[in-house]
Amino acid sequence: MIMGSKAGPAPILSIEDLQVSLFTRRGVLPAVDGLSLTVSAGETLAIVGESGCGKSLTALAIMRLLPNPPAKIVGGAVRFMGRDLAALSEREMQRVRGKDISMIFQDPMTSLNPVVAVGDQLIEAIRRHNDVSRHEARDRAIELLRQVRIPDAERRFNDYPHQMSGGMSQRVMIAMAIACGPKLLIADEPTTALDVTIQAQIIELMKELQSSSDMGLIIITHDLGVVAEVADRVAVMYAGRKVEEAPVEALFERPLHRYTRGLLGATPSAQRRRGSRLVEITGNVPALSDLPQGCAFQNRCPDVLDRCRAERPQLAPLLPHRSAACFAAEKELSRDAAAIGA
Amino acid sequence: MRRIIIRRLVQIIPLIFAVIVMNFVLIHLAPGSLFDVMTSEQQITDPKMLDQLRHTYGVDQPVSVQLAKYIWSVMRLDLGYSYRQNAPVFDVIMQQLPATLILMLAAIGIALLVGVTAGVLASIKVNTIWDNLISLGAVFFFAAPSFWLGIMMTVMFAVKLGWFPVGGMRTIGVDESAFGAVLDVMHHLVLPATALGLFYAATFARVMRASMLEVARLDFVRTARAKGLSGGRVVLAHVMRNAMLPIVTLLGLQLGTMLGGSVVIEAVFSWPGIGSLLFDSVMSRNFPMVLGVLVLGSLLVAVCNATVDLLYLRLDPRIKAR
Repeated sequence: MIMGSKAGPAPILSIEDLQVSLFTRRGVLPAVDGLSLTVSAGETLAIVGESGCGKSLTALAIMRLLPNPPAKIVGGAVRFMGRDLAALSEREMQRVRGKDISMIFQDPMTSLNPVVAVGDQLIEAIRRHNDVSRHEARDRAIELLRQVRIPDAERRFNDYPHQMSGGMSQRVMIAMAIACGPKLLIADEPTTALDVTIQAQIIELMKELQSSSDMGLIIITHDLGVVAEVADRVAVMYAGRKVEEAPVEALFERPLHRYTRGLLGATPSAQRRRGSRLVEITGNVPALSDLPQGCAFQNRCPDVLDRCRAERPQLAPLLPHRSAACFAAEKELSRDAAAIGA
Repeated sequence: MRRIIIRRLVQIIPLIFAVIVMNFVLIHLAPGSLFDVMTSEQQITDPKMLDQLRHTYGVDQPVSVQLAKYIWSVMRLDLGYSYRQNAPVFDVIMQQLPATLILMLAAIGIALLVGVTAGVLASIKVNTIWDNLISLGAVFFFAAPSFWLGIMMTVMFAVKLGWFPVGGMRTIGVDESAFGAVLDVMHHLVLPATALGLFYAATFARVMRASMLEVARLDFVRTARAKGLSGGRVVLAHVMRNAMLPIVTLLGLQLGTMLGGSVVIEAVFSWPGIGSLLFDSVMSRNFPMVLGVLVLGSLLVAVCNATVDLLYLRLDPRIKAR
């Protein structure tokens, strides 16, 4: 049950107390608030949460690609292979992007330049970080297209994005991301815009590429099926904070935070009896401008305690290798411990 | 590709036909005719003589017959004879056309260069003093009538500062080498081309700024940055490339108005192009010449538009050659 076999030596990426704020007319909103994460080589970390919980902003913050205005890193450190990315100059950061850390995005159809042939977009990425001739880059690009299983790669090389399907485009995006052999790949909802069979293929491809190159992978998603498929560890985010982190099997077996429980309950599955209702999480995510005192999940929580309304729960290691920020879970676990002790 | 070119050229024929009919009707609705101007200039009053002249020039025939005859001759590429210049209309126009083409091309060049640069600058420095200055300049040059701008520029740069000639296309009485002649024409060209070009530069700057800002928000620009490209490369290779498309559309639309604008500018700078020819011909009711200029002008604009369409096809692969 205890995982962590892959949590080997020093992590390649460690985010410490990251704070991202949105500077809007309604004031400064804490979109990511005190987030800490680590990823090791060869490991897959999934970041899960509803829209607007700050998971995409976290990814963009690592890449230093936050849309500014309104978003800005206001605190914390993003340590990558010993360097603090948040402190690098823009020029230094450009040498990291696409070479050491790559990213693929949600909508492959809009993520490629419509007026440039896909092959040329690949060559551009290769030549930015490698001193090779156009001819060599072309050979490498075609090789990459083969690697991501694009049939007839040589002909597809000259195609424009509008001539490709969503799945094909996402393969091109992946080829572009792995072009320079990155140490870390960030995939921001890589399958959300694709249909289900294609989703499975893309996930399969990413797993395969990762296992052959030992790169770290951060996959951002709200699809728990994807999480179960690829992740080693899962971080659950709610309203800008990490509320639970656990090895994937442990999380699915026994989610601690009440929000995680809600998420798992709201996932349709083939085993469930037909006609039974999905358990929904009632209410809405509170607006960042209007976070309540105490736990941000209090108004939607089935097990809310008085303490939850007064005090904000801090992330605490409740079980080996896992942590959660939930008073109800703490109480439940201490009751369990007492029962065993008695 | 060849099929598109042929189709575009075939489409020009009904256009020219419509231009002829409309202008022929308009001209005959206007008071006065070349015949009246010429006979009054020669002070011919003898009714017998007038009737004979009417018959010689064919103005005693019904308008519809005149129109049919004109269309028939245009179809044989004959634009008629100008009694005023005592030369075929086509020859006179061809003599003047190069000057207008030079002026238009130079004005387009200036408009594109200044407009696109200003638009890109404004979008990069959006909401700064630079952006505001460029927007202010654009509003000014958009609002200022080009003839007024031309006159002011003449006063400033030709009369007060003496940097450029006041008007004309060549320095009279100087026999220079071919290279010297080109330089001389370019020297004369600066003021009229700038006066004509700045109006269009203002439009281009505004459209380019908006288009750049719109494209910069798109996903593929983020992808380009995620590849580690430098800011300059992202702007040039990804944002600008896409933002230019509306400019090309606009250029196609404005070529026609630019020909009209050059009439005014040619008058201000006494530039010997078809603009001033048209102006003189209208004043003297030299209708064969007016019609000839309009027919050739519309042909020119139609060909330019077809060229722009083909250019668009090359710039945007999403528009399929069907």
